[in-house]
Amino acid sequence: MSPPAEAPPDAPRPVHVKAARKVFRPAGRDPVVAVDGVSFSAPRSTLTALVGPDGGGKTTLLRMMAGLVAPDGGSIRILGFDVAADPQPVHERIGYMPQKFGLYEDLTVGQNMALYADLHGVDRDARATVFPRLLKMTDLGPFTGRLAGALSGGMKQKLGLACTLVRSPELLLLDEPTVGVDPLSRRELWAIVRQLVGESGLTVVVSTSYLDEAAFCDHTVALHQGRVLAEGTPAEITARAAGRVFVATSGPATPARQLQAHLFQQPGVVDAVPEAGQVRVVVEQPGLPPRADDALVVACTPTAPRYEDGFMVLFRAAVGDAPAASIDLTRRPDGPAELPVVEVSDLVRRFGDFVAVNHVSFAVRRGEIFGLLGPNGAGKSTTFRMLCGLIPASGGTLRVAGADLRNARAEARQRLGYVAQKFSLYGDLSVHENLDFFASAYGLRGKAKRARIAWAKAQFELEAVARVPSGQLPGGYKQRLAMAAALLHEPGILFLDEATSGADPLARRAFWGRITHLAEQGVTVIVTTHFMEEAEYCDRIIIMDGGSALAMGPPAEIRAQARSGDGHEPTMEDAFIAIVEAARQVAREAAA
Amino acid sequence: MSSGPTPGSSLRRLLALTRKETWQILRDPSAIAIGVVLPLLMLILFGYGLSFDIRNLPVAVVVEQASDETTSAEAALRLSRYFVVHPTRTMADAQRRLAAHEVNAILRFPPDFARDLARGEATLQLVVNASEANTARMAAAYVRGAISTWQARDAHDGHPAPEIPNVTLEQRLWFNEANRSQWFLVPGVIVLVMTLIGALLTSLVIAREWERGTFEALFATPVRRGEILLSKIIPYFAMGMLGLALSVVGSQVLFGVPLRGSLWLLVLVSSLYLLVALGIGLVISTKTRSQFLANQITFLVTFLPATMLSGFIFDIRSMPVALQFITQVFPARYFVSSLQTLFLVGDVWALVLPDAAVLAAMAAVLMGIAYRSTHKRIA
Amino acid sequence: MVDTLFRIFALIRKELLAVLKDPKSRVTVLVPPILQCLIFGNAASYDLNRVPYVLLDLDHSGASHALVAAIEGSGVFERAATLDDASQIAEPITRRQAALAVVIGHGFERRLMHAETAQVQVITDGRNTNTAGTAQGYLGTITADFAEAWRADHGYPATPGVRIETRAWYNPNLETRWNMIPSLIGSITMMMTMILTAMSVAREREAGTFEQLLVTPYRPTEIMIGKAVPSMLVGLVQASSILLVAQLWFRIPFAGSYGLLYLCLVEFLAASVGIGLFISSIARNLQQAMIGSVVVVMPFMLMSGLTTPIMTMPDALQALTALNPLRYAISMTREIYLEAAGIRQLLPEMLSLLAIAAITLPIAAWMFRNRMA
Repeated sequence: MSPPAEAPPDAPRPVHVKAARKVFRPAGRDPVVAVDGVSFSAPRSTLTALVGPDGGGKTTLLRMMAGLVAPDGGSIRILGFDVAADPQPVHERIGYMPQKFGLYEDLTVGQNMALYADLHGVDRDARATVFPRLLKMTDLGPFTGRLAGALSGGMKQKLGLACTLVRSPELLLLDEPTVGVDPLSRRELWAIVRQLVGESGLTVVVSTSYLDEAAFCDHTVALHQGRVLAEGTPAEITARAAGRVFVATSGPATPARQLQAHLFQQPGVVDAVPEAGQVRVVVEQPGLPPRADDALVVACTPTAPRYEDGFMVLFRAAVGDAPAASIDLTRRPDGPAELPVVEVSDLVRRFGDFVAVNHVSFAVRRGEIFGLLGPNGAGKSTTFRMLCGLIPASGGTLRVAGADLRNARAEARQRLGYVAQKFSLYGDLSVHENLDFFASAYGLRGKAKRARIAWAKAQFELEAVARVPSGQLPGGYKQRLAMAAALLHEPGILFLDEATSGADPLARRAFWGRITHLAEQGVTVIVTTHFMEEAEYCDRIIIMDGGSALAMGPPAEIRAQARSGDGHEPTMEDAFIAIVEAARQVAREAAA
Repeated sequence: MSSGPTPGSSLRRLLALTRKETWQILRDPSAIAIGVVLPLLMLILFGYGLSFDIRNLPVAVVVEQASDETTSAEAALRLSRYFVVHPTRTMADAQRRLAAHEVNAILRFPPDFARDLARGEATLQLVVNASEANTARMAAAYVRGAISTWQARDAHDGHPAPEIPNVTLEQRLWFNEANRSQWFLVPGVIVLVMTLIGALLTSLVIAREWERGTFEALFATPVRRGEILLSKIIPYFAMGMLGLALSVVGSQVLFGVPLRGSLWLLVLVSSLYLLVALGIGLVISTKTRSQFLANQITFLVTFLPATMLSGFIFDIRSMPVALQFITQVFPARYFVSSLQTLFLVGDVWALVLPDAAVLAAMAAVLMGIAYRSTHKRIA
Repeated sequence: MVDTLFRIFALIRKELLAVLKDPKSRVTVLVPPILQCLIFGNAASYDLNRVPYVLLDLDHSGASHALVAAIEGSGVFERAATLDDASQIAEPITRRQAALAVVIGHGFERRLMHAETAQVQVITDGRNTNTAGTAQGYLGTITADFAEAWRADHGYPATPGVRIETRAWYNPNLETRWNMIPSLIGSITMMMTMILTAMSVAREREAGTFEQLLVTPYRPTEIMIGKAVPSMLVGLVQASSILLVAQLWFRIPFAGSYGLLYLCLVEFLAASVGIGLFISSIARNLQQAMIGSVVVVMPFMLMSGLTTPIMTMPDALQALTALNPLRYAISMTREIYLEAAGIRQLLPEMLSLLAIAAITLPIAAWMFRNRMA
């Protein structure tokens, strides 16, 4: 997508950021330079992506562009206005969606949308065309009367986007709009945004941690530690990885994730991710396939680079070594390997008339990584909460480590670790205080406690931020802290609810490295995720929609279900969308 | 989808925000609790529960040597509705009962009471438990009253008392002839309700918007800061007025508290106070973004002064001078003074006008500060 | 068992850190109680002094001057104006320049000389029935003393009458402050601890940390204890600071046993914390928790005997105060502080508080787990 021909090249650009700088000075601690001399501009009618790791300055930059944070230096001109001096004219012309869209949770979906329509001056006629479209895009149509607070996390995110898009502004600023949104909705959401750019000549600046999304933007700006790491069209960024990308195939006995873990640790390897049963590898030296254990790699063929590969090349050059992704338990979970650790049969959960989980059954063996996948509102989180004993089941049985945690003794809960969807450690306590508290909560004390805390700080590289209140940490650190707190007591079972949402690619690699390593040491891991490629790390996955299980099995089997005649191997995302859409089609036909 | 800036009208945004706030109020039981339940509850408690009028006070009566005189004096005490007489044999026993709170006072007739009385000078001993000073003082006064009534009637066995020079008080209580403390307490309900709605509720709702991050998306819309402020003022103003209506109607229906001043003046003064309370709530919430702190500070600067330093229970004129001075900073005292006058006396312009002027000035200043310190910025 | 204690200790430590780490909230925990105590102690008094009054002396005689001197010599009344005519009374009273008017009629002295009863008219402002009543009481005493002195001066034999010799136990000068300030120990700490407790759970629910807590091996009872103890500790610190102000600033002598006082305070705080936890387990969010505690604290305060005695309330309301922990706290602190009461005397109150705590705390613990969805 290139700028329309009618826009002269010297026309004032809607976004013009020059040497912008922002320093936060928290009381009693060292100042933090959040944005350090960033310059970039966005031409009219283009889609610009801000990418980069957590704490890179994306959110602060967007907030400064929206006039919500006053810059400490540089100039920011939005639509020709100096936004720092006079934000009001900018507010009248832009749409802005914050990372965590503050919905009024005690208002209904329809009331939230009507409020923003009124605030943006959208009249009744326009509403009659816009609302149905937004509701269709977000699948919120059936829920207009529901309170926003009663929506699932992903649905809230979509409602936030719908509220932002009630009118089409001159400039749209979106801060990670698709975090926690399922692949189906993500596709629809981007279709809308691109359509706005194409039809209405809208200019969009979006920050994202989904690099596949950056790939179809017109321009991308990679931020790292408050500075611009690289800037260019997706093609330019992608070109950085030219000749360096290979696809490695493992032998039948080796799961792809094991090969990935192996390759990722090899010298000269920039990136390795499992992909459709194989492993995609990016190397430092163009044309030189990765060195690897011959016993693992059966074949290694060059392939075309994509945006993410280019980004990783740039990024690894700036960051240096990948964080240690291994993790060593001092005490491995015991018990026979083949015994199911988590057993769910015929699980039902109703909220009033609404059936959130509808007769779901599965079993997870010791040391297995089990993935729960599904669109927003599929019932994943509800299932999770029942497994953890937070809400009672309406029907069916569930056993975790041989007990129903709902009424199990405290000792049963001792065996599990839980990382919630939303960061839920004590924000006003420091990293160390949080670790100390959770260690004690799990019965650790004295020397053992100190040893475990030291272990956690070392494993998750938290030593440097030990004194920082955890609420002020950047997202990636929060996620690591949450993991560290959940692993202090070396649980045999780990529950991770959308633990990688909003995390940057490098953090996600490190996260999965640790998970893989934990599973190898016998830890059972149950995980939900919206990154479909992450399902490749799982031993088995279950796909849910509307509270029911649609498919279950190893990733390869699931992918096979979606294999079409053209011989092209579908990605997990393709498979997921095909399965969910097929099931919805059946449901519609049954209803009709 | 239309293109280009369509800021829409300010009125429309204001209406939308006000409607949103109203929906939130209607969905939140805590708002109803503070707007409707609390006024009624306080009205009933103030009206029926709080009273300074002592009755059935248990008194131990120790008669060391029974005589006709002691019997008739004791009977006089028994007849009084203020006391319940507990005849007690010995002083030691009575003292034990006083210490154990079985009785609140001891009245002791000494051994030679009858003889002394005949001689013209008898002494009674009264011991009160003064760990509640007010009750003790009233108990002492009532005992004194009962004894002197008895003396006047019975001590002279029907013979007219010899003429002696004496001074008596003829007491008249203006504006509240029947001496009903409800009439004096009920206006206080209005002050408390308005303070809670105006300052506490408003500062909490705004702090909540900060805590939940709802302001971030709101600030980036065409909405202006004045509209945000007004949208917080209008619904809670309406709620405060509802509280006023409930209190006024309730106090008239339940306790017959008269409204001798004019209704419009009452509404005007109340509106001014409500604006001041709202102004305090708004200013506090621009300074603190946490509900806990907003709650603590609001309580300290509005609610406590409204109960303790407003003259609604404790007369300002009895306070130390320094404290009297401090009360002038708090708006509640002006409102309480006007309310008491408007309810019980009438439109006393010389009193109400200065109070209203002070409240209006305070409201203007606070609103100005709130407007100036509100920015559509999050950092 | 030891494990449980360590776990609870960790929770208590965490709670205290959360409250005391932030200097702002540290200030809001300590300063308001002391400030409130100082202000209440000075403001909350039914004792009168320097009450402005207007005088209309139509007699202008030696006797009337002597009476006026007696009135003003008491220190309670301060003349705001001297009037010449009855028509002038309305204005100062209506405008609140004076709280009362004293009218000495013509022939005041003549009547006394003729051994008659002379009347003094007192007009009080009914907008504050308290002040009016107290002022009348003072004036009654002053005039009675005046009459007696007048008789003595004019050679009349001492009135054949009954003199009442009054002794006030525990508070010899009948100062309101003496009973008000010990009562504040309970009132102030209740307000703070209840709100603090109600908030602590609601805040965790809002932040999602409560779920994290429920997934750990903590039992509901342990969480309940871990939530209750820090609030009680904060309450004890506040109570101690008020106790210090009472003795060092207001110089009210402490008569009883500190051990017993603290034992009673612990019980009382447990009961208020139980109610706070109960509110927070019902509340859906922080705002509801806070408003809920305000709506509950208000009637507790009004019906506690703090401002008006319990025994003047209607019987039905008196019976309801049995549920009010503050009522017990106020009577207990007064009895210990001023009367040096022993444990035997306080047993009924202590048992009542124990019962309140024993009902609310377990309900709250049960609600933790069962009000999750």
